[in-house]
Amino acid sequence: MDSSLETAADREQLRRVVIDPVSRVEGHGKVTLLLDDDDHVREARLHIVEFRGFEVFIQGRPYWEVPVMVQRLCGICPVSHHLAASKAMDRVLGVPVTRSAEKLRRLMHYGQILQSHALHFFHLSSPDLLFGFESEVGKRNIVGVAGAYPEVARQGVLLRKFGQEVIRATAGKRIHGTGSVPGGMNRHLGVEDRDALRAEIDLMVEWSRAAVELVKRLHRADPALYDEFGRFRANVMSLVRADGAMDLYHGALRFRDADGKILVDKVPDQSYRSLIREQVKPWSYMKFPYLEQLGPDEGWYQVGPLARVQNCDFIPTPLAEAERREFIDHGRGEPVRATLAYHWARMIELLHAAEVIRDLLGDGDLLEGALLAEGVRGNEGVGIIEAPRGTLIHHYQVGDDDLVTMCNLIVSTTHNNQAMNTAVREVAHRYLDGRKLTEGLLNHIEVAIRAYDPCLSCATHALGKMPLVLELADAGGEVVDRVVRD
Amino acid sequence: MGGKFLFDGQPVPFEDGQTILQAARAAGHYIPHLCWHPDFPPHGSCKLCIVKVGGRHVSSCALPARDGMEVESDTPEINGERRALLQMLFVEGNHFCPSCEKSGNCQLQALAYELDMSSARFAHFYPDRPVDASHPDVLLDFNRCIFCELCVRASRDVDHKGVFALTDRGIRKHLVVNAESGRLADTDFAVGDRAADICPVGVILRKRVGFAVPIGERKYDEASISTVAMEKGE
Repeated sequence: MDSSLETAADREQLRRVVIDPVSRVEGHGKVTLLLDDDDHVREARLHIVEFRGFEVFIQGRPYWEVPVMVQRLCGICPVSHHLAASKAMDRVLGVPVTRSAEKLRRLMHYGQILQSHALHFFHLSSPDLLFGFESEVGKRNIVGVAGAYPEVARQGVLLRKFGQEVIRATAGKRIHGTGSVPGGMNRHLGVEDRDALRAEIDLMVEWSRAAVELVKRLHRADPALYDEFGRFRANVMSLVRADGAMDLYHGALRFRDADGKILVDKVPDQSYRSLIREQVKPWSYMKFPYLEQLGPDEGWYQVGPLARVQNCDFIPTPLAEAERREFIDHGRGEPVRATLAYHWARMIELLHAAEVIRDLLGDGDLLEGALLAEGVRGNEGVGIIEAPRGTLIHHYQVGDDDLVTMCNLIVSTTHNNQAMNTAVREVAHRYLDGRKLTEGLLNHIEVAIRAYDPCLSCATHALGKMPLVLELADAGGEVVDRVVRD
Repeated sequence: MGGKFLFDGQPVPFEDGQTILQAARAAGHYIPHLCWHPDFPPHGSCKLCIVKVGGRHVSSCALPARDGMEVESDTPEINGERRALLQMLFVEGNHFCPSCEKSGNCQLQALAYELDMSSARFAHFYPDRPVDASHPDVLLDFNRCIFCELCVRASRDVDHKGVFALTDRGIRKHLVVNAESGRLADTDFAVGDRAADICPVGVILRKRVGFAVPIGERKYDEASISTVAMEKGE
């Protein structure tokens, strides 16, 4: 777990190249590279430059408002925040959520997984993978994909739309709905919505299978790239169901080390603080979490699809499970660690989400049954959910007067902070070191970051080609070269 | 006696003692309002019910109708003034509709939609108004107060408790609770009081039920505030 490129020894003597902003990701971040006179990379950092402050302004608000307010963190996966906060508040209320309410929340959540994964793969990442990292930048976007591969783009857009419809039917709105409340849900699924979704779900499963096939074809076509690009050893973390199954809505925490050995298992969500600590570095607003027992240098870990697909013992839907087995076999006994394998794992989860939705849509509990339960009120609750990008932790303390007194959020992208930085360093070292920088070469770094589907602000959605300014400065800070992409 | 006046060119009959707003409503014409309530006497503080009579801008909730009056209400000029008043109310408090539990049931928000208010226009004050969660059943979120005094009047005149009052003047005006501590828990306020469900915005809230009814299925989600007012008499 090499961190030698985190801080160069002689920073003042090096040239600085900045990628700002990183494009086709959610939110705003930048990458800085420090190069010596021979163009060797001496330092590489992914900086998160937004400051949000949600944890503070949630304090003092009534607990029932939190699941609605906190989802405004994000326009891409608001459902994940909505549900993580609801789950935490279920704990505060001491409520065992009813069968109907949990199934409705699961349907909402897997709709979220489906739409977010489709958005990320087809809209944000497929242009790099289908056209090449150094392809013509003007076509390297979803519009370019729609021109060259119209059926791929169409299926991607409609898969996302279907996921959004699942969210609308359960949460009331495609974005920032209000269906989940502390203690349960406030609405059933309507029969008309159920029937409309059922009419399309088999096609969505088929298209999801096609998406997995597409990623596998890409891997087969260029194994040297897909198996090696951004490859490094890392621990992984995710929720896992009690029987070892993948469960994106609820479970206990499991860590595996870089060899795939289980380090920690079956840790209840309420005890996350006994495992995880967060480190602060002066050059980024994003904290660096780590597994306490290993310390900050060795204890950092990956979350998200690549972690989840390999951390669980099995996926509880048949088509996705068959794909998981093929994925595991691809590693030939070793964990799959290549950065681009995130896409393959993500599409396996897309298929799993489609299968879960298909199964849930046949369940009568979605249409009727108690939505709210009562319990013994407490003052603290943790809600953990596997959001599209990885493990999402919400932790609240609530006073007897019903106002929130403490809020701690560890969002998925924060868990991946060190891993993304490591990917940036790995790629910078391997592909950029000693070479004259071009837009295409710098895009290699963005490709590595994009694979994580980071939500850098967990709020802003940057879709398509964003303005990019590259400045090359000499050791004295004088700009000697400047490339602008409008 | 009584008589008739012209409301936006339409003849409207009235009886002695009726205000312009009352007579117009009785004849099926909606005039926007916030501090006026059918169960309470005119208050004349919000000025949303402003109309133009004989070249003067007057509060229709307070001005008695007179025979032969020509009243202009639904005109670009008057609606523009109403919109500006709404914009000032929005920037004066902290109105964050996206996570407000009153969204869809809030008259301020509904009027903003009704009058096509698309921006706050003025600089926000961002006042510091801590909430009062001391009462076991009711939360007071002062951030949203528009100083209509409906709670003051309901508590004083119907509940006979005098729990609420406005204090200070001008830009420092704010709603307070009549207790030594200033806390609602230290009054005899009860969730069944008339004052508990009179607030047109999101200040006086029953605890723990804020999102029980989904947003999208609420009063002003289903129909505009003018329709609700005229069809349901609210």
